[in-house]
Amino acid sequence: MTARPRWLVATGLLAPTGVWLGLFLIAPLALVVQFSFATRDTGVARGVLPWTLRAYATALDPAFLPIFGRTLAYAGATTALCLILGFPLAWFIARHGGRLRTALLVAVLVPFWSSYLARIYAWKALLDGDGLVNLLLGAVGLDRDGGFLLTHGAVVVGLTYGFLPFMVLPLYVACERFDHRQVEASYDLGHGRASTFLRVVLPGVFPGVLAGSLLVFVPSAGDFVTPKLLGGVGQSTFGSVIDDQFRGGNNWPLGSAMAVVLLVLVAVVLVLRGRRGEDVL
Amino acid sequence: MSRRPWVLGVVAALVFGFLYAPIGWLALVSFNDSRSLSRVTGLSTRWYVELFGDARVLDALGLSLRLAATSAVVATAIGTLAAFGLRRAFPGRGAWTVLLSLPLVVPEVVLGVALLGFCVKLAGIPLGFGALLAAHVAFSLSFVVVVVRARVAGLDPRLEEAAADLGASPLVAFRTVTLPLVAPAVAAGAAFAFLLSFDDVVTSSYLTGVGSTTLPVFVYAQAGRRGVSPEIVALSTLMVAVSAAVLIAGVLVVAWRARRASPASTFVGSGRDQGTRPTGG
Repeated sequence: MTARPRWLVATGLLAPTGVWLGLFLIAPLALVVQFSFATRDTGVARGVLPWTLRAYATALDPAFLPIFGRTLAYAGATTALCLILGFPLAWFIARHGGRLRTALLVAVLVPFWSSYLARIYAWKALLDGDGLVNLLLGAVGLDRDGGFLLTHGAVVVGLTYGFLPFMVLPLYVACERFDHRQVEASYDLGHGRASTFLRVVLPGVFPGVLAGSLLVFVPSAGDFVTPKLLGGVGQSTFGSVIDDQFRGGNNWPLGSAMAVVLLVLVAVVLVLRGRRGEDVL
Repeated sequence: MSRRPWVLGVVAALVFGFLYAPIGWLALVSFNDSRSLSRVTGLSTRWYVELFGDARVLDALGLSLRLAATSAVVATAIGTLAAFGLRRAFPGRGAWTVLLSLPLVVPEVVLGVALLGFCVKLAGIPLGFGALLAAHVAFSLSFVVVVVRARVAGLDPRLEEAAADLGASPLVAFRTVTLPLVAPAVAAGAAFAFLLSFDDVVTSSYLTGVGSTTLPVFVYAQAGRRGVSPEIVALSTLMVAVSAAVLIAGVLVVAWRARRASPASTFVGSGRDQGTRPTGG
């Protein structure tokens, strides 16, 4: 356009974004890292020294191990369930959606973009002791006293409901790119359905599986509202422990140390993803 | 796999049922004339009437709408600039991309507590509208950039060159050629930013001040105290309705603008149509 160097123009255009994210994302995250090296006694006032690892010692205490385990189990089960539900849907839209593809994809997204809390409350109402699910299951004698709230299943269903579109979108992109003639070729070569699926389809759409799993796993590991509302007090997760430390002004250094651990976990997952899932994200 | 597509169709339909049934039930129950959440005994609008008689609800709704509109305007303005900044390669573009992907991967609970610490302990920003705006723009920016950038990358540079050849100054060319072509994506980005802000509960729950609560945070606090009541169900249905309306309006605007814009690009001979195809992620 002009003689000005390209990087100068680009940096100028990016500057407002950089300032905003620097102030309201990077600086707060850096502050959390600083908090995590403080103690409750020294407080978390500006520039607290000396730094200590006491908060980390508490955060990584074996007492918190069950919470770690539960968080990872919820996130893992949610990811698996999203894969099981999301793959047929993505494959169907990509292969048989025809002219309705875009409309069907939008239809997947509409519930996702509508109130997160409302969706949890919908499940809360459905899974309650006198809720519809229990009522319907009662008709076939499968009802459960007190309903399905406060169970692990309720949490996983709620999380799955919340994050399913994150799985469907990258899977759809991968399924659409997948060359279906490979399936015909596999059948022609005498492979059965199962073997074709495992050896041809799955490797073909794997980047999508990886990207979708990542997009589901990370937010469900950090979520605390769903476990809190559908799981109750006995089902605290990593996110809800962090929340507790800050909400009551309980123990900010401990909460910060746990937040840093969660960030590191996310970073590890991102690095593990490597470059394989990148093009579908 | 494709020999019996109807099996796949049934599974896809069931997954759609899973996505829509809870919201549909929520909406139905909100018009129930009894307090039951599992049996619809008759239809009435009494819960909505009650809702709109509650000053706290109206205050929260007002704040949420003002906040979402302001956040969408700010995020769309600086995010669109950033998307143009990333259009051509320059040293440091990779680092900017990483920075912009951060809000997408940092768990919300971490962002919330980090901003709480930042506002209270470091910056002295009073909790309430200002703190909420800082947070909402920060996590909406990336979405705006992703959406607008995809459209900017698909622009045919020859259109702008043609405008320049015909004597248009860079500013005129941008206003009359580039901007109309990018407008659908800008509108979509604004709609997403509005929805993200209007719906946010986790991050916002740390940043609301006394007397300045957003609607989702109000709903969360109410339900935490008293469980799911018909009033909360009606309020949730209302939030779903607002979100769905904004989303569908956004999709329609994009589809309409894309259809209108496409003759121009075919005229210049570009076979690429970037507007109507979903790119996922």
